[in-house]
Amino acid sequence: MSKPKLALYWAASCGGCEIAVLDVEEKILDVAAFFDIVFWPCAMDFKYKDVQAMEDGSIDLCLFNGAIRTSENEAMARLLRRKSKVLVAFGSCATEGCIPGLANLTTKEEILDWVYHRSPSTVNENGVRPQPRFHVPEGELEIPEFYEEVRTLAQVVPVDYFIPGCPPQAPQIVNVLSAIMTGAPLPPPGSVIGAGEKTCCDECGRKREEKRIKRFYRPWEIVPDPNQCLLDQGIICLGPATRSGCGALCVKANMPCRGCYGPPPNVMDQGAKMISALASVIDSQDPEEVQRILDQIPDPAGTLYRFSVPASLLHRKRTQVTA
Amino acid sequence: MNQQQRFEPRIVGFLCNWCSYTGADLAGVSRMKSAPNLRTIRVMCSGRVDPTLVLRAFQLGADGVLVAGCHPGDCHYQEGNYKAMRRVLLLKRVLREFGIDERRLRLEWISASEGEKFARVANEFTEQVRALGPLQLEEAPAAVAEPQLEEVRA
Amino acid sequence: MISLTINGTRTEVREGTTILQAARFLEIPIPTLCYHPWLKPFGACRICTVQVQRPRGYELVTACNTPCEEGMVIQTDTDHVRQARRVVVELMMARWPNVPIVQKLAAEVGLEKPRFISEMRDEAPDACILCLRCVRICEEVVGACAIGYEDRGIKRKVVTPFHEESEACVACGACAHVCPTGHMKFEPEDYRGKPPEFLLGPNTAIHVMTPQAVPKVPRIDRESCIHFKTNGCQKCVEVCEAKAVNHEMTDQELEIEVGQILVATGYDLFDASVMAQYGYGRLDNIYTALDIERMLNATGPTGGQIRLKNGQPPRAVGIIHCVGSRDENYHRYCSRVCCMYALKFAHLIKERCPEAEVYNFYIDMRAFGKGYEEFYSRVLHEGVNVIRGKVAEVVQAGWSKQEEGTLLIRCEDTLIGKLREIPVDMVILCNAIEPRRDAERVARLFGLSRSPDGFFLERHPKLDPVATSSDGLFVAGCAQGPKDIPDTVAQASAAAARMLATIAKGVVEMDPVRAEINEEYCSGCRVCNALCPYEAIEYLEDKNVSRVNSALCKGCGTCVAACPAGAITGYGFSDLQLHAELEGLLAVR
Repeated sequence: MSKPKLALYWAASCGGCEIAVLDVEEKILDVAAFFDIVFWPCAMDFKYKDVQAMEDGSIDLCLFNGAIRTSENEAMARLLRRKSKVLVAFGSCATEGCIPGLANLTTKEEILDWVYHRSPSTVNENGVRPQPRFHVPEGELEIPEFYEEVRTLAQVVPVDYFIPGCPPQAPQIVNVLSAIMTGAPLPPPGSVIGAGEKTCCDECGRKREEKRIKRFYRPWEIVPDPNQCLLDQGIICLGPATRSGCGALCVKANMPCRGCYGPPPNVMDQGAKMISALASVIDSQDPEEVQRILDQIPDPAGTLYRFSVPASLLHRKRTQVTA
Repeated sequence: MNQQQRFEPRIVGFLCNWCSYTGADLAGVSRMKSAPNLRTIRVMCSGRVDPTLVLRAFQLGADGVLVAGCHPGDCHYQEGNYKAMRRVLLLKRVLREFGIDERRLRLEWISASEGEKFARVANEFTEQVRALGPLQLEEAPAAVAEPQLEEVRA
Repeated sequence: MISLTINGTRTEVREGTTILQAARFLEIPIPTLCYHPWLKPFGACRICTVQVQRPRGYELVTACNTPCEEGMVIQTDTDHVRQARRVVVELMMARWPNVPIVQKLAAEVGLEKPRFISEMRDEAPDACILCLRCVRICEEVVGACAIGYEDRGIKRKVVTPFHEESEACVACGACAHVCPTGHMKFEPEDYRGKPPEFLLGPNTAIHVMTPQAVPKVPRIDRESCIHFKTNGCQKCVEVCEAKAVNHEMTDQELEIEVGQILVATGYDLFDASVMAQYGYGRLDNIYTALDIERMLNATGPTGGQIRLKNGQPPRAVGIIHCVGSRDENYHRYCSRVCCMYALKFAHLIKERCPEAEVYNFYIDMRAFGKGYEEFYSRVLHEGVNVIRGKVAEVVQAGWSKQEEGTLLIRCEDTLIGKLREIPVDMVILCNAIEPRRDAERVARLFGLSRSPDGFFLERHPKLDPVATSSDGLFVAGCAQGPKDIPDTVAQASAAAARMLATIAKGVVEMDPVRAEINEEYCSGCRVCNALCPYEAIEYLEDKNVSRVNSALCKGCGTCVAACPAGAITGYGFSDLQLHAELEGLLAVR
């Protein structure tokens, strides 16, 4: 019997998820022994045409990390979907857009304008912008198209499973892979795996009180008490609206949870829930004072949707259509 | 602009059971005319209005969302309306960042006896959203042709 | 035990008993004067002289301070005794001929006129007869020792030290109480200038608050009770047969478990001094309705008579309606009871001071109840003047001596379209009913809502006017809004009936709209804990989850909306239901 085939791919992301796979340490040897790695551009020399040559559905498991930013990302997503039996959105970018997804709070035009024209470090006297096709004496050059918005993997192709996290934590990867390797029954398609059902608070050992917030602090503004709930201390911690699974790493380092494990099972929109929770516990009934307190959050969308703008209900910034 | 071209905005109104919904009822019973663009959802308290619901309404094609509750100090559940007020204030900032005109989200205090105010708010808000134009948040069907890898030689 | 014979009757008494006590026990009369049962025997007046048989003849002794001896034979009504008493009374008559108690004794001993005239003769009927009861009670019972006596013999006099006002005096009035002639007088300060409840007039330290007090039991006023000042007295404890008096009692906090609560915390009166233009607290003879209510009370300080500060009946009285009510600056609402009690005042003043002119200044006359309009027209027929118009100000008139003490009411008479100045010498302000000062705290305590005017909010103004948004909590009376006595009684009866109905039913029905926390998903972040207005959410520390007490939950859904973990389901208005509703609502263009 041939070994199951494993593919890993890296689209619009930082690459941390690939490192996370290696973070499983010596278990990587078991993985290598169990699977036949057929595609992993980051670690081994494979070409796209090798994948194209495979039969549809011949890859048993594909761990796809990264969001869909360009036409190349999308094409690879579609290709790997076709070739894979089980396609897993691996990591926060593929699952919900993650940090690359924050680009959705600006438009494509704004991004290109800033990067190629307005940023102080740019020297572009001719006002050149990259073109998908460009003629040079040597022939025609092509680069992938830069899309209007960042999309999650599931917004492009059907996804079987989601492993959240930025990056997914090594112990969770081990859990998932060893479950597959031992042949444990797979959960229903569409499930989030490699994470818990509760929220980050479940893994956080800090003491929590009834919440009444009079002032928000940014993490550098105060030295938080390491034993008290950060939110109780006025630091915006997304732990209450973030799926458990990471082991509350950030809060254990006295830094607030930023929400990389995505929304918990029953939450449709992580940011909206956090808006609701934060606004609810502000301890004031005077609209002006409330506004003053809210103004202490410098960038609510970027803070509360740090990892989930493309997966949110609004997906991206709109340019206003006027009648 | 003729009648056919006129943009008819779709507005979702979350009305609290005790004040605003009763106020809306009164407007109806009193035969006050109000814009039919406002489609109402009854909740027990404006404090039940989760920002998720507001965003979902926009996502599903609403051009405006009205949240209406009891006057401050008058909440049937004491302070639910204050919570609604705080959530709306924060949500408006987030909407701004998402490029959505914050005037598309409106918070109003309408008491059970203010049928006239309900009708006025419904009309005013409809006109306001009409002036803002359609939001068109609904995902347009993918117009881009599926990219072929052959075109992409990275 | 000691056995003795009094007037031929043998008796046995305990050792230490005085002859007077033994005789009183046998109901044998012996006159006394300086004797007082609360005080130690003193033997000053010698009117209680009796005859004791001795081996060689007899001896005259004072009964009050002579202890009984074994085998004593006592006569209380012999010639010798009568003679001795007659001389004592005659000497007293010579000095204090007009004191009633001395005259009474004189009559008893058959003395018409003394044979002597004292050089210290005092013809006052309330002269001091030097019984020294006052000095003794102040020392023995009160413990204040504020009064004493000076000099000896006929020059003896009851005085305070150095004849000055004594700082040791606790103003208890005990000296006046025991004084047999009324020479000692207790004159508490004039009641005016005291807070309204002191209008009751001088009180003893232990008293029933008012004749209409409920419950009608005496209370001890710590401020004036001698015991709390000098640690002495406690005479009330001695005389109370039921042994009900207890000075050690303190306020107690009791925890009582109940299933239903009727909040009937009443109202506060609007402070009329805030409206400086009406002069309350600044000018004399301006009263609030409650002040007048006391004055009109038959058991009140004036015995129900309407009196000015100088004790004279008023010649003209102005009654100003809507003080703080129906006023954009204070309370926008109508206080509802003022029109009718103002008319009642007018009627009573007319009845008690028929000569007085009475003016009612009103905005609208609201005679809204059964028989009220009839009463209004009756009062009109009694000659009460009613002027429609809001009073601008009340000022002191009095450029001339004649006008001194007269007040001027300036107002617009909107029915004749003229500005008027009406001189009166008494003004009654009908100040507004307002929510209790601590209404907000009470509302929080019980989880009650308040209407914009600050009164507690009923569940529905028409369909459920006694219940509140919290099950088992009811409101009645002015706590819910200004109302008169019939309305209050009706509302309170309704509330009581509602509560009884629940008790009789034995089960409580609850609305199914409730929140529930799914503990599978709750991580105990505690965001919801402080949000619940009914404190229905408790945090279980051991399980690190929060839990909704569904008996307390009212289903408002605030926690459902706020739960960042999506762990709370609001039955009846769940996320699933609302999203489905949204989808349906926006499915069609």
